Amino acid sequence: MAAISSDNHGLRLVTRYVVLTLIALIFVFPLVFMVVSSFKPDLQLLRDASSIRAFLPVGDISTDNYSAAFERAPIGLFVFNSVLVTGVTVLLSLLICSLAAFSFAFLEWKGRNTLLSIIIATLIIPFETIAIPLLLLVSKLPWIGLEGLSVGWLNSYRVQIIPWIADGLTIFLFVQFFKDLPRDLIEASRVEGASWWQIYRRVVMPLSGPVIATAAILKFLVMYNQYLWPLIVVQEETYRPVMVGLQYFFQLNTAWGEVMAYLTIITVPVLAFYLALQRAFIASIASTGVKG
Amino acid sequence: MATVKLRDIRKSYGNVDVIKGVDIEIADGEFVVFVGPSGCGKSTLLRMIAGLEDVTSGTLEIDGVRVNDLEPSKRGIAMVFQSYAIFPHMTVRENVAFGLTINKASKAEKEEAVAKAARILQMEHLLDRRPSELSGGQRQRVAIGRAIVRDPKVFLFDEPLSNLDAALRMDMRMEIGKLHQDLGASMIYVTHDQVEAMTLADKIVVLKDGMVMQAGAPMDLYHEPANIFVAGFLGAPSMNFLDVTVHAVNDETVTISNASLDQIDVPHKGRTFTAGQTATLGLRPQYLHPAMGGAGKLHGTVILSERLGSETVIDLALADGSKIIAALAEDSILTPGAATNFDFDPNQAHIFPETR
Ligand SMILES: Nc1ncnc2c1ncn2[C@@H]1O[C@H](COP(=O)(O)OP(=O)(O)OP(=O)(O)O)[C@@H](O)[C@H]1O
Ligand SMILES: [Mg+2]
Repeated sequence: MAAISSDNHGLRLVTRYVVLTLIALIFVFPLVFMVVSSFKPDLQLLRDASSIRAFLPVGDISTDNYSAAFERAPIGLFVFNSVLVTGVTVLLSLLICSLAAFSFAFLEWKGRNTLLSIIIATLIIPFETIAIPLLLLVSKLPWIGLEGLSVGWLNSYRVQIIPWIADGLTIFLFVQFFKDLPRDLIEASRVEGASWWQIYRRVVMPLSGPVIATAAILKFLVMYNQYLWPLIVVQEETYRPVMVGLQYFFQLNTAWGEVMAYLTIITVPVLAFYLALQRAFIASIASTGVKG
Repeated sequence: MATVKLRDIRKSYGNVDVIKGVDIEIADGEFVVFVGPSGCGKSTLLRMIAGLEDVTSGTLEIDGVRVNDLEPSKRGIAMVFQSYAIFPHMTVRENVAFGLTINKASKAEKEEAVAKAARILQMEHLLDRRPSELSGGQRQRVAIGRAIVRDPKVFLFDEPLSNLDAALRMDMRMEIGKLHQDLGASMIYVTHDQVEAMTLADKIVVLKDGMVMQAGAPMDLYHEPANIFVAGFLGAPSMNFLDVTVHAVNDETVTISNASLDQIDVPHKGRTFTAGQTATLGLRPQYLHPAMGGAGKLHGTVILSERLGSETVIDLALADGSKIIAALAEDSILTPGAATNFDFDPNQAHIFPETR
């Protein structure tokens, strides 16, 4: 009896691992293909693409593509720009959106439910429809910098950061999470004399690790993948992000090996960021039911 | 230490009236317990005193000052929640010191206050733990410690023991009683457990449907309940009620009887009756005893005899089909099915003009 049931159990475990491994492979194959290809000369790369060799580091392996890629484009600058814009936007977004959500979730003011509905409704507006009006707007906005007053935000970091800080999804995620926090904790803090700001900083945010991780990863992916917006608001190479930088590699004849090398390099920050937040992210999916 | 005064306090949510005009006075250092069935508005009343709910109308005074519109933290109160409401991300020490941290107290000041609270609650060894590493009773201790540190004028407790098991509940109940003795602060305590109410309170306020049914010392309420609700709410097993007919109203008493009850005179205690009306007679199970030698005013049949050890509880069927309970001394033996006559002292019976 016992033997049969434990056999059954073992079998089920094996099946489960086989299935999970297959799924993991499906997700990992494109990455493997990218990394492996980045070390192959173009001719071999194209020839291998039709066989299993596409995923194996065999044949003429070298780092030539990487040197070529670095010669072709200022990769370091692009990665720096993207990491800077993404990092700053993620941080500001977490701050601003969580503050907004705090107000929606805990403070009582007239019209807050209506406003929250409107904010959530903005989620269905595709960015492409507002790209041009937004471009017209930012091209006329004033800015006070080191050189004094100027007009127009084009060709800058701020034009890539500021319009992306506040967004409905992040606010919504925070509001949902905040509403599920035990109300007694908030009330106990109030009785103890905490101001709303102190409640935010000392009680609510320290308990919001999971939603902070979720919001951060979602925002990171959106920002790191920015293409259309920087394409139209940034003409100078100085402020160019990685995705726009990709076009350096698609001229006359495409150097596929270099493309793969470039993609491998710009994937590193994403992986680093994801691994850093992975544990909190998984916890948050489990606890909030929100899938990223 | 302080007095608390509620004058015609009302609370409505939309057009639902939850508290319907409550007047309560709490003396300096008094331990007041709000009891009542679920949903009667105990928590709402307590939360209004704390400042966590707006007062719809009426005046709320603490220490002679109107506090209706004062922030919770400015009222000189500390509150202990049913869910403990201790911060999961802080150690016990940080939890207890939270109010002081918020008010930017010095490190020395904090340490002294925490040490004192920990000593009072005997939890010195727990200070560096996190809430997840504590038992329910220990968590409640932390919550009380956090309240003590604030050195409040008034302590507010909302069913602080209801998440604990029976044995622990008794320990903590005694500790809270002792805490009140040691600190001498005014305390308001919400519960629906009448044992907690009877043992802890200087004054019990019985609430029903957002109104005060009666307020007074526990034994006064027990012996002189003002109405059927209070009579039935306090005491275990709860009071028996019989529908009776009033035959005559005398100076001090009314003459009553019913199908199973011989005609008797019961003190009316100033309540108004008219001859011929139906009234309710209240008899505590403890004051009923089997009649000697076949006499006895109350005639019934024993249905069930339960020996609980400390007492024997008898279920009795009366002629009109109603059932009452008698609590007898531990070694009493009555055979189910036997017709039995019971007796009681009419001076310990309660007669109410209202019917149930
Ligand atoms: N925010 C609210 N909106 C509407 N009605 C409410 C609200 N809060 C409480 N009530 C109602 O007010 C009444 C009193 O609630 P309260 O929580 O004070 O009861 P309670 O006496 O503490 O009961 P329990 O013993 O179950 O804790 C209940 O009928 C409840 O439904
Ligand atoms: Mg309650």
